[in-house]
Amino acid sequence: MSKLLMFEKPVGMRDTLPHIYETKRKLKEAAEQEMRSWGYRFIETPALEYYETVGDASAILDRQLFKLLDQEGNTLVLRPDMTAPIARVAAAKLLKERVPLRLAYSASVYRAQQREGGRAAEFEQIGVEMIGDHTLSADAEVIALLVSVMKKAGLEKFQISLGHIRFIDELFQQILGTEERSEQLRRFLYEKNYVGYRDHVKNLPLSSIDKKRLLQFLDLSGGIGTLKEAVNLIEGSAGSEALDELKTLYKRLEEYNVDQYVTFDLPLVSHMSYYTGLVFEVYAEGVGAPVGNGGRYDDLLEKFGRPAGATGFGLRVDFLLEALEQLEDEEGIHCILFSNERRVEAINEAQRRRAAGECVLLQDVAGVQDVDKFTESCKHVTFFVGKSSSEGEV
Amino acid sequence: MSMLTIAMPKGRIFEEAAALMQEAGYQLPPELDESRKLIIEVPEENMRFFLAKPMDVATYVEHGVADVGIAGKDVLLEEDRDVYELLDLKISPCYLAVAGLPNTSLNEVAPKIATKYPNVASTYFRGKGEQVEIIKLNGSIELAPLIGLSDRIVDIVSTGQTLRENGLVEYETIVGITSRLIVNPVSYRMKNKEISTLVSRLTETIEEKAVQ
Repeated sequence: MSKLLMFEKPVGMRDTLPHIYETKRKLKEAAEQEMRSWGYRFIETPALEYYETVGDASAILDRQLFKLLDQEGNTLVLRPDMTAPIARVAAAKLLKERVPLRLAYSASVYRAQQREGGRAAEFEQIGVEMIGDHTLSADAEVIALLVSVMKKAGLEKFQISLGHIRFIDELFQQILGTEERSEQLRRFLYEKNYVGYRDHVKNLPLSSIDKKRLLQFLDLSGGIGTLKEAVNLIEGSAGSEALDELKTLYKRLEEYNVDQYVTFDLPLVSHMSYYTGLVFEVYAEGVGAPVGNGGRYDDLLEKFGRPAGATGFGLRVDFLLEALEQLEDEEGIHCILFSNERRVEAINEAQRRRAAGECVLLQDVAGVQDVDKFTESCKHVTFFVGKSSSEGEV
Repeated sequence: MSMLTIAMPKGRIFEEAAALMQEAGYQLPPELDESRKLIIEVPEENMRFFLAKPMDVATYVEHGVADVGIAGKDVLLEEDRDVYELLDLKISPCYLAVAGLPNTSLNEVAPKIATKYPNVASTYFRGKGEQVEIIKLNGSIELAPLIGLSDRIVDIVSTGQTLRENGLVEYETIVGITSRLIVNPVSYRMKNKEISTLVSRLTETIEEKAVQ
């Protein structure tokens, strides 16, 4: 590697300059306030965790983990998501308290980018986890809150796609019989390789009816009617359990009046093994990747020694900003320029305005080279310059 | 209806891809491939086309600056991008193969493979339980064994003529290749209607051609 130049940063690491910071702060505050108002309590966890515990339990792929060693030689990871650390805290401590737990977070997570730039390796995630509630009411609340947070953040054009891992498992199990064959097919879905899926199905030793069922499954996306089509693919009553869940969930979402943001996408597989029921992804116009995702992960808490049902979502703050497009104007900073003679007068004026809630910048004229350039971005400028009280506002 | 942005591959695949689109009833501007313009809008179809290096098509689609793209399976295998592979367009058929000088075997200490597809080559030889050293080249791969840079090459073969002309022989076939319709995961949902229409029109055309 060539010698680093002084301005360089590691791949995927980004600075937040003032005007972006302001937009981000407002977005986060609106989202956090909404989560608090639904009774979720915020928590923080350390940036470093053990690879063997949180790193291993996390849904993030191993090659995306930033790893380092501590003095004893243990492998550490920079937390790649917040769900696994929260599961750790919940299992070790919080689940002894009031259950179900409603927890929220707003924190940076780290995912190594190996291939190229253009993607952040550190970004903020904001989300909630509802732990210890296995009911569909919990899933519905999480999605309703997600919609509410998106709106409060200023986004209107977004869509949530819902899938159900158990429906896929049930259908595949019914037709294919073995877990091994199911997993093969599931991997095609996970890789979004529908061509490969179709070719694979065509070559399976199955009846033409079963092949047709597997092929039709790929088209199961759209509105509530999708669930009716899905029922036809399943034989008997056993398989429709997951579909019943989705149907009930949809009714709950109608009750929350958020059903217009939701569509079904039954071939959706966000992860090979992490989710255990409902899964969803959130898309916003103008952003090339999902702005958020979530679902039910009933097996995670067990890894930390205390089995409990859990559901939640996480949103990427950087993608939400991208979807917002519009950045905040520079805050309305009031600029007071003073010369030595009228310093006290200027300080008093600044204090008076600050006490009234304004942002006031106090600057000695002698320290400024180009006054016009310096005051360019300020909404108001007051001068306390010279001997007389020639107070001028620009 | 929102506008679809489509990334088309330059060169070998382009003509067949454009012909397929036309057969499916899309009014492509005739100047698309001759024009020096990089981006061409077709308001009648509510579409926007741009030409890219075939190897880059999947990159544009993954980042979401193109909603849809036409890319060879070779590119998808090599690049491993997060995109939906929705349709096998069954055009530009060819295959990836291992080739080399006749009657030669791999160097036992450090077998060298020259290729434009380092990931595909590496995965293939690992799958066979062989550790090889990959040398990345950007073109004229056939030169490598002739001049002594590598024992074997991994490259696209369509008729085999280039190999024959250079006195090379095929040792193994890795995988068959055709062009695919790929879609950005967000566009797949947010522009679902437009994309479904495109997919069903193309599917129809492909099936008709298969019958002929």
